[in-house]
Amino acid sequence: MTDTTATPSATSGGQTYEPGTHPDLPSPVRTEGPIFWIQKNLLSSPLNVVLTVLGGLLIFFTIPPFLDWAIFDAAFTGESRKDCEAVASGACWAFIDERLHLFVYGFYPVDERWRVNLSFLLLAIALYFVLYDGAPYRKYGLWYAVAFPFIAGWLLVGDGAIVKSVTTDQFGGIMLTLVIGVTGIAFSLPLGILLALGRYSNLPAVKLLCVCFIEAIRGVPLITLLFVASTMLNYFLPPGTQFDLVLRVLIMVTLFSSAYIAEVIRGGLQAIPKGQFEAGDSLGLKYWSSMRLVVLPQALKISIPGIVNTFIGLFKDTTLVIVIGLLDPLGIGRASLADIKWGGLAEEMYVFIAIFFFICCFSMSRYSLYLEKKLHTGHKR
Amino acid sequence: MAEQAVASPGFSPLRLWNDKEARSIIIQILTMALLVAFLAYIVTNAIANLEAIGKTFSYDFLSEPASYDINQTLIPYTSRSTHLEAAIVGLLNTLLVAVCGIILATILGFILGVLRLSSNWLVNKMAYCFIEFTRNVPVLLHILLLHGIIVTSLPTPKQAGTESSDIFFFTNRGVFAPSPQLEPAFWAVAIAFVAAIVFAIGFNKYAHKVQDETGKHLPVFWVSIGAIVGLPLIVYFIAGMPLHWETPALKGFNFKGGMVLRPEFVALWLALSYYTASFIAEIVRAGIVSVSYGQSEAAFALGLRPNRTLSLIVVPQALRVIVPPLASQYMNLTKNSSLAIAIGYMDLVATIGGISLMQTGKEMETMIIVLLTYLVLSLSISAAMNWYNQRIKLVER
Repeated sequence: MTDTTATPSATSGGQTYEPGTHPDLPSPVRTEGPIFWIQKNLLSSPLNVVLTVLGGLLIFFTIPPFLDWAIFDAAFTGESRKDCEAVASGACWAFIDERLHLFVYGFYPVDERWRVNLSFLLLAIALYFVLYDGAPYRKYGLWYAVAFPFIAGWLLVGDGAIVKSVTTDQFGGIMLTLVIGVTGIAFSLPLGILLALGRYSNLPAVKLLCVCFIEAIRGVPLITLLFVASTMLNYFLPPGTQFDLVLRVLIMVTLFSSAYIAEVIRGGLQAIPKGQFEAGDSLGLKYWSSMRLVVLPQALKISIPGIVNTFIGLFKDTTLVIVIGLLDPLGIGRASLADIKWGGLAEEMYVFIAIFFFICCFSMSRYSLYLEKKLHTGHKR
Repeated sequence: MAEQAVASPGFSPLRLWNDKEARSIIIQILTMALLVAFLAYIVTNAIANLEAIGKTFSYDFLSEPASYDINQTLIPYTSRSTHLEAAIVGLLNTLLVAVCGIILATILGFILGVLRLSSNWLVNKMAYCFIEFTRNVPVLLHILLLHGIIVTSLPTPKQAGTESSDIFFFTNRGVFAPSPQLEPAFWAVAIAFVAAIVFAIGFNKYAHKVQDETGKHLPVFWVSIGAIVGLPLIVYFIAGMPLHWETPALKGFNFKGGMVLRPEFVALWLALSYYTASFIAEIVRAGIVSVSYGQSEAAFALGLRPNRTLSLIVVPQALRVIVPPLASQYMNLTKNSSLAIAIGYMDLVATIGGISLMQTGKEMETMIIVLLTYLVLSLSISAAMNWYNQRIKLVER
């Protein structure tokens, strides 16, 4: 006891050392570098070791064979399935390559395909103005974006005078997907806002009407609504009216999507404190001004992730039109499976279409995440 | 009084419009009038159209023979059965795939959601990739792809039957499995099972009472499991094992005997399940993340062990966040099961809304049945989930 107090030396493990004789301490635990990362993220506990091994095995047994099939053993050129099988054992992408124009344009007349290309370009410009808020002259750009569906509609269908008219049964492929998707998105948002305001309003009759509409639409599958459009909608129109099938589908898809949008926006409206509505009233604003200037900007901001999710759902649901005989990429692909020359290359076709949808939908969801972060201005309760 | 004085200069419509009460009534009357006019318009159109092609609106066809076959039936059905029976068979097939899908999707979704929260980087990222790849591709594509794989890459019954002597056969005509054949004495086992469940419920109540009075914690879970599994098992052996399995055997070009899961059902079921599971996974993840870590720390501070922390503190709070969106996913799965028609699974849409419609030409009548049935299904799912949500919601003062 006296020893230790007399010579203040380091103690460790109950042992005493004379100054200068203390052995080196172990080096500090590594907290960076690849080895530490692997220890922390892959091997931190027995369960994690097991999971890592299982995951590694799963990757090992799925990814290399898939890459072999899709890239290394795949044939990219050839005239028929036989050509592909002669050179490679994997996928036959020559099939997609030869039919790419069908996948993109459907049966749109070859001479008129520039109109589809032009409307793709116009769509890209409209998207640029809508999605990128740093765009120059954005105010005018947004007006252009509002007009775009009508411009593109005129361009694609034609009027017989300036551009030749094309019947909608020649629409198909990615172009049809975009026509349905963009129209649905463009028209269901305003309709959905109106329905949400109606459901949130103080007028019982209006409220009841909107509730019934929204719940009835949300309660049935889109596919049955498409059947209604294709089989029985004509009964409700004045006798003798011939109503274009694609137009009927567009109307149904828009109505369907607007019910979902309305529910999303209602969620946003409910999150707005009552004081905001009262603030609008106390400023002397009329109903529509108060909604437009005070309530909706906040409600829409909260609802953005939900709205984009609905749009993603709508875009994916455009594939359902194949059940009533329209030829979207999936329909084109299924029809081309019957081709004797290529003989049922189903996997290639499905993978190709899956990649197309994945790119579109994944970028939409990424954009919604970005927007959510950007609009998060710190008023979250 | 002052208002009266101002209001005196005569009646004018504009003044009425500026009165809030009057205006709201006017708007509502106008809305209703428009609605009634619209309905009258489409109904007269429909009547005129039906008359023009000589059709009548009636449901008599429901009692006529359907005269088409259905490849998967849960109740006895022949081609001589009526359209109504065909519709019921279709509805049962819809319900079958919806219930199976909801169960599998929930299990898969919870597993994926937990994996997504795993501290293991590899597993976490794999779950992320799976979820993103699955949910960003249309469900119809998943269904068609899976159906295509089953039909083209699995062996024919003949190949499968000669290759192995298994009891399970995976063929392009479906998955064949042994089917249980119940003997009369099996009812004793069934009674034992019911008795065990009743006992488990009673024991659970008793355990709660004991805990309230003495603070002692009885092993409810293990006792219940023991009773529910053990009791029927004991009775089963006492009764002389009144159950045997009928294995499928190759007869001609296809298997006979046993149970068969048709490729359409398997494709639809699996595709709907993993597609919906990828949405449920994100919901589960969000729910678990929403319970702040302070809650777990508080539980540890009270001396609760980790598994009881999970079951008593974290899960009940997470469920409140999880259940409402989960309900809408269940509804989506049920509605998506109508995509069955694309691969020839005979559900409600494919029977009454498909073949019956084509045969009878009763577009309006059949579509109304289909729409109303789905509406009732959706409303009942949402009612059930609302009831459950009400039960688990936070009890506030």
